[in-house]
Amino acid sequence: MMQTVLAVTAVILSLAAAGAIIRISRGPSLLDRVLASDVLLAILGAALCIDMAVNRHLNNLMLLVALSIVGFIGSVTVARFVADRREQANES
Amino acid sequence: MNPEASVVDNVIDTVSAVFLVVGALMSLAAAVGLLRFPDLLSRMHAATKPQVLGLFLLLAAIGLQMRTWWVWPALLVAWIFQLLTVPVSAHMVGRAGYRTKHLHRELLSSDELDAVVQKAAQSARDDSSRDEADDGGRRD
Repeated sequence: MMQTVLAVTAVILSLAAAGAIIRISRGPSLLDRVLASDVLLAILGAALCIDMAVNRHLNNLMLLVALSIVGFIGSVTVARFVADRREQANES
Repeated sequence: MNPEASVVDNVIDTVSAVFLVVGALMSLAAAVGLLRFPDLLSRMHAATKPQVLGLFLLLAAIGLQMRTWWVWPALLVAWIFQLLTVPVSAHMVGRAGYRTKHLHRELLSSDELDAVVQKAAQSARDDSSRDEADDGGRRD
């Protein structure tokens, strides 16, 4: 049963990662891209979790904890220095 | 292994399988929300689903699969750090999005920050006009 779950979740997470990557490439603003890359990081963490749960090991647990501690720094940094370069507001 | 234990095993396996699939579906929901929602603030709403509830479900599935008690504190630490850091980045992104006007004002049902911003702008104007008056007094 666990192998079926692994296949199903692999398909779901691949679709989700594809959607996040489409949003990163399409934009339209820098903040949308930062948000989508945050979601991509969450999807990566989900993949690590599923690997641990299906194969019953804890090799990735420290990586997951480190990810949840430092993962927010990137988006905070970008959001701190973002500026409005558009001609007209509300075109997103 | 006696039959009762294997029944319990099956139940735990089923529950953790459901948790895994639902936790993965949270990521898919976030991706669909990112693609379909109209502006930054509504996309932020969708993006929080895999970061908090999705991670909780997947960590619970790990705890169920390992069949030991000592992993639960480590999983709890991972989840609590996620709960502490995700609001920080969401706050910064939301604030930057509000200031650079990445939002559709007509979609907001209420804007509680607007009154505060207007008041701060008004007091800044008052301060600058008072400074000009002081300068004028000194020049006389």
